[in-house]
Amino acid sequence: MLRYTLKRLLSLLVSLAVASVVIFAVIEVAPGDPASFMLGVNAQEDTLAALRAELGLDVSKTQRYFNWISGMLVGDFGTSYTYRTPVSQMIADRLWVSLPLALYALTLSTLIAFPAGIYAAARRGKPGDLTVMGATQLGIAVPNFWFAMMLVLIFAINLRWFNAGGFAGWDNGFWTGLHSLTLPAIALALPQAAILARVMRSSLLDILAEDFMRTARAKGLTRRQALWRHGVRNALIPVLTIIGLQFSFLLAGSIIIEQVFYLPGLGRLVFQAISARDLIVVESVVMLLVFAVITVNFLVDLAYAAVDPRLRSRT
Amino acid sequence: MTLYSVRTCASALALGATLLASQALAKSDITIAMQLEPPHLDPTSAAAQAIDSVVYTNIFEGLTRFMGDGSVVPGLAEGWEISDDGTVYTFTLRDGVTFHDGSTMDAEDVKFSLDRATAEDSANAQKALFAGIESVEVVDPLTVKITLSEPNGNFLFNLAWGDAVIVAPESIDDIKTNPVGTGAYTFGDWVQGDSITLNRNPNYWGEQPALETATFKFISDPTAAFSAMMAEDVDVFDNFPAPENLPQFEADPRFQVLVGSTEGETILSTNNKQAPFDDIRVRQALAHAIDRQAIIDGAMFGYGTPIGTHFAPHNPAYVDLTENSAYDPEKAKAMLAEAGFADGFETTLHLPPPSYARRGGEIIAAQLAEVGIKAEIINVEWAQWLESVFKGKEFGLTIVSHTEPMDIGIYARPEYYFQYDSTDFQALMDTLNSTTDPDERTRLMGEAQRLIADDYVNGYLFQLAKLGVAKAGVQGLWENAPTAAIDLSAISWSE
Amino acid sequence: MSRNLILGSALSSLVVLAALVSFVWTPYDHAALNIPDKLQPPNAQHWFGTDHFGRDMFSMIMVGARTSIAVALVAVGIGMALGVPLGLTAAARKGSWLDEVIMRGNDLVFAFPSLVIAILITAVFGAGAINAIIAIGIFNIPVFARITRGAALSLWEREFILAARVAGKGAARISAEHILPNVANLLIVQGTIQFSLGILAEAGLSYVGLGAQSPTPSWGRMLADAQTMVSFAPHLALIPGLAIIVTVLGLNLLGDGLRDWLDPRIRVARA
Repeated sequence: MLRYTLKRLLSLLVSLAVASVVIFAVIEVAPGDPASFMLGVNAQEDTLAALRAELGLDVSKTQRYFNWISGMLVGDFGTSYTYRTPVSQMIADRLWVSLPLALYALTLSTLIAFPAGIYAAARRGKPGDLTVMGATQLGIAVPNFWFAMMLVLIFAINLRWFNAGGFAGWDNGFWTGLHSLTLPAIALALPQAAILARVMRSSLLDILAEDFMRTARAKGLTRRQALWRHGVRNALIPVLTIIGLQFSFLLAGSIIIEQVFYLPGLGRLVFQAISARDLIVVESVVMLLVFAVITVNFLVDLAYAAVDPRLRSRT
Repeated sequence: MTLYSVRTCASALALGATLLASQALAKSDITIAMQLEPPHLDPTSAAAQAIDSVVYTNIFEGLTRFMGDGSVVPGLAEGWEISDDGTVYTFTLRDGVTFHDGSTMDAEDVKFSLDRATAEDSANAQKALFAGIESVEVVDPLTVKITLSEPNGNFLFNLAWGDAVIVAPESIDDIKTNPVGTGAYTFGDWVQGDSITLNRNPNYWGEQPALETATFKFISDPTAAFSAMMAEDVDVFDNFPAPENLPQFEADPRFQVLVGSTEGETILSTNNKQAPFDDIRVRQALAHAIDRQAIIDGAMFGYGTPIGTHFAPHNPAYVDLTENSAYDPEKAKAMLAEAGFADGFETTLHLPPPSYARRGGEIIAAQLAEVGIKAEIINVEWAQWLESVFKGKEFGLTIVSHTEPMDIGIYARPEYYFQYDSTDFQALMDTLNSTTDPDERTRLMGEAQRLIADDYVNGYLFQLAKLGVAKAGVQGLWENAPTAAIDLSAISWSE
Repeated sequence: MSRNLILGSALSSLVVLAALVSFVWTPYDHAALNIPDKLQPPNAQHWFGTDHFGRDMFSMIMVGARTSIAVALVAVGIGMALGVPLGLTAAARKGSWLDEVIMRGNDLVFAFPSLVIAILITAVFGAGAINAIIAIGIFNIPVFARITRGAALSLWEREFILAARVAGKGAARISAEHILPNVANLLIVQGTIQFSLGILAEAGLSYVGLGAQSPTPSWGRMLADAQTMVSFAPHLALIPGLAIIVTVLGLNLLGDGLRDWLDPRIRVARA
């Protein structure tokens, strides 16, 4: 196990190093000079040079790469070109929107998907199953930004139950904050719930076909009892893996939804920073997201390997 | 009863009275939405108009200032004297003006601010405004003498810009995140990506404004703007980004729509040095191929005034030259044939993000196709536009609204991105700059407008409208936008 | 033939047919502006109504189908063309450094937030259909590499492969002659799913303005254009939205149907 851990750790570090080079390279070749973006059309050449020096843009790219990396290693993400505030502070602020939103959406999707998946599995092939499966097909096919537009039209503009967007802030109370995240969370949750429900159903059906389920039935448990006592619990492993994947997807993938609901989240930060050529912000946020996903994968692999030694030989 | 408790009772009563009074009065706070968030809050070191919208006259004031009708009036300067040769301006400052940190605003601060703007390492985005300043002298704490290298008829106008506001050396280091000015409002809080709050300045030198607090909320997405307004999340939308939604606000008694003008001449900028646009016949053909009214109807849903030259129609010196480039596709085809392009040609059309450009561009591309010009649409972000179009001059056509006030002078700069190089025009501008007689200035400005229209430098489309939406009870909003500003001290709630 | 397969192929062919017919016929010129006729609701002249420039929506939807299909199809092609050989190689050299590099490379691509990267790519190289294809295609590579490797690994254990090895065939030849035909079904099914995901991704990219550029119609951009007008001209948003849903739904049903029909044991990845 130790050898396996070390080996995986090494490949984790290599991955991160490769990722950082790729991110830096892709972002730095983007056309557009942050300084001239900030100073606009009437800026004079000497003014631009002064600002470039102030931003630390006057050194070579290699030098900038190492400045960026060595800063990150000690937790210094640099200072935003446009906002002139520490990037780490900006990320932390935005996480207070993006993280709760992702969790909220995940909770909603789990709350919808579990009962739907279990119900469909229990009624395999019957009208109930077909209805649920049809609904999930539809859920997967609906683009979430389109769904978001419809939600705003119905619930914010016509019924006025919710604000059309914006984030009220946690300072005004937990429920106020949650209320303003509700429509975006629903828009994000629906397609995820559809996928999750299908995974739940097929995973349950696999388990139901296993020997120990037949044994359970043979012991005199009803189909329903067997399903709840043994089936659901055993079917959870693949489902949890999907939930983990979805969480990291939601964290970064809410970019369009944040745009529709003008939420000050991580995704919108990246979007704004790309158009303002605030390169350091883009680099740091993307690197952070990649780091999160790679680390989660690493931990999941370790956990699996700890449970099931056979997996250690698999790379 | 001790004296102490009497006083507490009295002040409690007074407090109760003010509370009652303020309840009886109208609302004293307002939420104003704008499309772009300022990158930081220093108007003297960035071009972003969003900075001026928040801070101009609210937090920072200059020696002179713009009013809503575009006139320039005294600001921190009470008055001024101009020497007979027009090169020395002596400003008398208002007495008793303090910065928000309590320090006094005096002649030293004025000198500091102007020296900072003209310095070698100045980060001022409009450094050219101050180019003629030779020296700034402190005569006494309330008198400043500014000497120009040559007379400049625009000098008082230039000093009214947000880029010329007075800042203090004590607070300059943190100006970007904690601006300290002399205005009627102090900086409160900034939730980045969301909003900025300003509070009324109790020590303001002028009249106390009606609003106690104002929140600027940043909503970039046009759909979100519509929903936020409809859901009454915000009280005012400074410049509403989606003209197609205005009829709905007009039909709704909860709202008022304010249609005014901006300083934005929206033009089809043409690369005058790139073939085939270096041929005036091709540029003239281009001008006749464009149906302005269709663009205004299609892209702006009818809002906007057609222009035939680079000048704001609301300016008294404006000359209507739209007939000079009237829509006439047959004539356009004939002119193209004359120039040797009977079968048309291919070019690029770079479109920055605003909807006037993106939508207008689609319409123009279709109109140009009618006369045989195939314009490939390239959508760009502003950063890219600055790099490749503005600096690199790698473009055929682009659409952009030139929002600086009175900016016809850009045609005198041959290196400016559309690269119009006319010695006649440059000479005309030199004469204009050194002329102070108002009638003569008007005549010269008319001549300048005709010159660029006759040379078909660019395709002149329309003057961008300022489309404000507000709740019915809000009054005192600027209808026009002589500069980017939201003057809070003029705003109040009715009743 | 299952219900899924019938319904899925019906919906998918409908969309493909619309795209093909648009090459020779559309009711109106999809790019012709007619501003006085703008924002008409669906009627006898304009079956799907007109947009904010007075263009015929039915014609735009037909031509838009072409854009969506082309982008998604080429993106799947890129994914298969690069991913399948990588997967076959990794499986043939199981446990070697090559296998390790390929699989870690896959993990790395997966670890990138795909939408953010797609936005970056289009921001760097300019918005347009080609760059949208590349951005979507890159993320298809590891999908195909991974499932190909997984399926190929189990095939390598089978006796007929052993027989081929004994006969002296090299790993490359075995992969091409014996492994590939046996994973073809799986690839077709996964390809269908990736195709539908590609349609969604293209719509998302166009929606944020980074897909095919005007005058090429694209469903996502139609939705973006419709955004501010949805409250007074809902057909502008409903129709392109439904077009996307019908296409994606059709392809997903087709994929499921094909799987059941070709080989019920196939497991597809949906991410």
